Order: sequence, then C-alpha cells, then structure tokens
Amino acid sequence: MTISKKQNGTELEIALEGRLDTTTAPQLEGELKHSIDGVTDLIMDFSALEYISSAGLRVLLAAQKVMNKQGNMVIRGVNETVMEVFEITGFVDILTIE
Amino acid sequence: MNELTIDATVENIPTVTDFVDEQLEAHGCPMKAQMQIDIAIDELLSNIAYYAYSSGSGTVTIRVEIAEEPLSVLITFIDNGVPYDPLKKEDPDTTLSVDQRDIGGLGIYMVKKSMDGVEYEYKDGQNVLKITKKF
Repeated sequence: MTISKKQNGTELEIALEGRLDTTTAPQLEGELKHSIDGVTDLIMDFSALEYISSAGLRVLLAAQKVMNKQGNMVIRGVNETVMEVFEITGFVDILTIE
Repeated sequence: MNELTIDATVENIPTVTDFVDEQLEAHGCPMKAQMQIDIAIDELLSNIAYYAYSSGSGTVTIRVEIAEEPLSVLITFIDNGVPYDPLKKEDPDTTLSVDQRDIGGLGIYMVKKSMDGVEYEYKDGQNVLKITKKF
C-alpha cells in the first residue's frame, strides 16, 4: 500500500493506494499517529484503494474517534467492494462517506 | 487442485493471496468475488497466526479447488495449532455508536456475509476451515 499526504494548514488529506489489510494497516496507523495532532479536517481519499479488511476498519475507527474530538473526518472515492464492507459492518453509520 | 504450505505468519498473507489470485484469474473469477476472497484470506490467516498459533508457530496449508457448474472455488485452510473455531464467535452488534464500537469478531462476520459457505471442523489434530464462493 502507498500512502500519500497533503497538508494545508489544519487540513490533512491522506490518499491510499492498494490494500488496507493486516499487513498494511500498521502503516496507516503509524502515519496517523505521527500527523493527526492539530488536524481539524481529515480527508481520506480511497479512489485507489482496492479493498479493506477488519484490520483496516480498526484503524479507521480509531481515527474517527480522535477526529470526533478535534474536528471532522470524511472518506472519499470509495469503490463498490469497500462500500460493501462498510455496509456489512455498519461502518456506513459511523463514518462520513462522500 | 493446488496446494501451498507456508509458515502461518501475517507476513506471508500477501504470498498466499497471490497464490490464490493466480488460480482465480486463470478461471475467470470476477474482480469483485476475487477481492472478497482476498479479504477472507486476510481475516482467516491472521486469525490462524494470532489465535491457533498464539503461543508458538507452525504452518498452514491452503488448498484451492475450482468446481464447474456452478463455477465456484473451494479454499481449505489447514493448521496444526490449538483448536480454534472462528464460527463460534458471536456476531458483532453492527448498530453500536462509534464510542461503543470495538472491532472484535468483525473479520469473521465479514467472511460469513461475503462467502457462499463457511465450514469448520477439528479433525486429526488439525483445524480445517473451508470457504466456498460462486463466481
């Protein structure tokens, strides 16, 4: 998985490319831990994300909990496979998907 | 039938995924079904690595069988770890709010929902888990 980020003041955009699963979720977790401080708007761009497993959901849930306290988090560009995972697991109600 | 035996570690998940995908692609498996199968592999192998071999290490054998009419795949995961039946886990409450949510049980729940069949048995000292998916 490749992570690219763009920071604009307190707005942070993180784009993921590849698979967010058991082997790659720690990468995103580390990146967020490192850069989420002081961010008020977190944008996750999933347009190049192929799929997500529960290990990836765990990281998204943790990020959502942090952002609920300090601002907003939105997820963009979700494909059909990822959307289905969000629907099955009820994450559609937890996350803001644009 | 094709078989792969490999150390049951999370680092080996990509190798197993590639091994299975190669055969799915050779049989014209649609991309969506392939991704659902890839997710299932991630969930099941990480369970084996974390739980069946929680206090040690060992191997896992992955067997891939393609069936015609209906075109489908049967994937069998066999390990020698402690008996671990992931299907016993209660389904998670997917309606809880963000603060009440935890991630336990979500993985196997996703597998149950996205595959056409999931079966577990403990046989001859081995965990045997089978998933089937129609193309």
